[in-house]
Amino acid sequence: MKFNKLVASAAILAWASAANATETLSMWYHGAGNEVELKLINEVIADFNAAQADWKVELQTFPQAAYNDSVVAGALAGNLPDILDVDGPVMPNWAWAGYMQPLKIDESKIANFLPGTKGIWNGQLYSIGLWDAAIALTTRQSILDELGLRKPTVDAPWTKDEFMAALDAAKASGKYEFALDLGTAWTGEWYPYAFSPLMQSFGGDIVDRSTYKTAEGALNGEAAQAFGAWWQGLFTGGYAQSTQDGADRDSGFASGKYAFSWNGNWAALGALSAHPDTVFLPPPDLGNGPKIGAASWQFGVSATSKFPEGAAAFIEFALDDKYLAAFSNGIGLIPATPTAAEMVDNYKAGGPLADFVTYSSKFGMVRPVTPGYVVQAKVFEKALADIAQGADVAATLDAAVDEINADIEKNSGYGH
Amino acid sequence: MAMISGDNHGLRLAVRYTVLALIALIFIFPLVFMVMSSFKPDQQLLVDASSLRAFLPVGDISLNNYSAAFERAPVGLFVFNSVLVTGVTVALSLLICSAAGFAFVFINWKGRGVILSVLLATLIVPFETIAIPMLLMVSKLPWLGMEGLTWGWLNSYHVQIIPFIADGLTIFLFVQYFKDLPGELIEAARVEGASWFQIYRRIVMPLSGPILATAAILKFLAMYNQYLWPLMVTQEEGYRPVMVGLQYFFQLNIAWGEVMAYLSLITLPVLGFYLYLQKAFIASIASTGVKG
Repeated sequence: MKFNKLVASAAILAWASAANATETLSMWYHGAGNEVELKLINEVIADFNAAQADWKVELQTFPQAAYNDSVVAGALAGNLPDILDVDGPVMPNWAWAGYMQPLKIDESKIANFLPGTKGIWNGQLYSIGLWDAAIALTTRQSILDELGLRKPTVDAPWTKDEFMAALDAAKASGKYEFALDLGTAWTGEWYPYAFSPLMQSFGGDIVDRSTYKTAEGALNGEAAQAFGAWWQGLFTGGYAQSTQDGADRDSGFASGKYAFSWNGNWAALGALSAHPDTVFLPPPDLGNGPKIGAASWQFGVSATSKFPEGAAAFIEFALDDKYLAAFSNGIGLIPATPTAAEMVDNYKAGGPLADFVTYSSKFGMVRPVTPGYVVQAKVFEKALADIAQGADVAATLDAAVDEINADIEKNSGYGH
Repeated sequence: MAMISGDNHGLRLAVRYTVLALIALIFIFPLVFMVMSSFKPDQQLLVDASSLRAFLPVGDISLNNYSAAFERAPVGLFVFNSVLVTGVTVALSLLICSAAGFAFVFINWKGRGVILSVLLATLIVPFETIAIPMLLMVSKLPWLGMEGLTWGWLNSYHVQIIPFIADGLTIFLFVQYFKDLPGELIEAARVEGASWFQIYRRIVMPLSGPILATAAILKFLAMYNQYLWPLMVTQEEGYRPVMVGLQYFFQLNIAWGEVMAYLSLITLPVLGFYLYLQKAFIASIASTGVKG
């Protein structure tokens, strides 16, 4: 009898200790090689691990340029972690491919998050970001004054004609090698992120968002053709460079080579330190309202995670304003909430970069929310680069539409 | 007449050496640019890039890029991993592929012609086409190691070594070389009662210095430059090689000086290995016409 009690007690103890055991959550993050970012994410992990005893997060970092390929390889090999981060526009592809599962967190906690930080696909939240990025038309107050230009505002942005008049004035002044720095030195995701909103401001788009089953009419319709002609005119008219040296992108505005620069908030502090009178203007309204790209890196849970509740608990923990503010202070991006923005000198009301918060919330537009975006982005980039080099606008856009439609068809509509 | 002939000879030599020197300069300029740039701050590096200063140690010279590179990434670990994986693969490859080549050339067995043809056919299959099936395979294979029997080879050194030990090109190189060895030597050894292994070890391999050097260098370069495969199979930083490590330096604002410092560092093992085997490699090219 005594022996039986002993066995029973031991079993209960074993069960209890197993129930209380700390489970390890693996996490992948794209920040290898970025000391500041790694320090921040490690701080969040250390705080989470210390704050509770159920879960222990272990981090594995990857260089950003190799991250997406690593995740795809990991998914194929059945070796995904519990928590992963994902670039916003890529998320629908990973969700559709079965790499990610819906994120079960208390959604009241993200009610006031910037729209671009919420990764929603098929009506479900899959990922959430601690920050967003935004683009502005960067110039100097002294340049506006010198060229006699009105300073545009959120409520009264430049129209297309005003924007072109500003470029004409800069060009005519003869003081700048080029009126506009578009950042064509940057390739890849920069093209759809920075330039597809300009097309959307014309009324076009990469794909028809009402169905996501075709690009016909969106990428080669009247508005898109008008955008293409305007885009090509920026280069043939001598306003901008179709190919640009990386060094010019990095330092051209600071050195006075360009009057205006289409650049993101991550470059804003550098511009301000070069020219204290730098101003960040809202994007121009090219006919269909001012638009800029939205959505940056976000956190989600892999489909194969054995502990989705633990992974979600970590992500929810990381949504605290103090971490949003810490990331913003560290890597210069826009905090996801207004309350966190108030904790950051750069982004609080009256701060030097506060305009970016407004632009992000008012003009931010996520890239097409479809698994096919990863292909569409590459097709769009090639089309714009070709047009910039002088390719026929209509033929190039038609060819891009055909390529995108063929991909959609090949993938049976990507589940739309 | 003799004087004129001597002058002509001298002129021809001068022209030849001038052309050779120019060609050598063309090949060496990128290396000089890389090394010189690794000592310069980014701003100066980019400005110098458009002039001859790019090839000179001028301006603000320091080792700052090197210390920054070590801070950004575990450079020593990546170099160690690459040298280990490459070294072991090269050694095993020379052993296995030379033995295979020996069997194809000297031993009479049924179907060797067909199998050699199939092996050679693998040369036209790009690695990218078999990468995913290979990934699926290695992710499920068993391994008996220090931790006992485990399943899946991901995140290990052996997953980067074993699939690349034997390959069609290396076997082909050995086959071609062995075919030119005097058959009488082998026949004499057989008459004397030597086993195949003895012939391989005591006769054929001692005569194969040049082809061993060639195969070693080609294999070394292929393995040291591996990117796609280690990217797919090493999710843990501890097993990553130098080429995956290079990506650590491509952040939004690329620190080109650090990139150059990292590249200079990871080029050293390749240069060292090549210089070590240079004589035998050139002898092999001269004797077999193989181009590396």
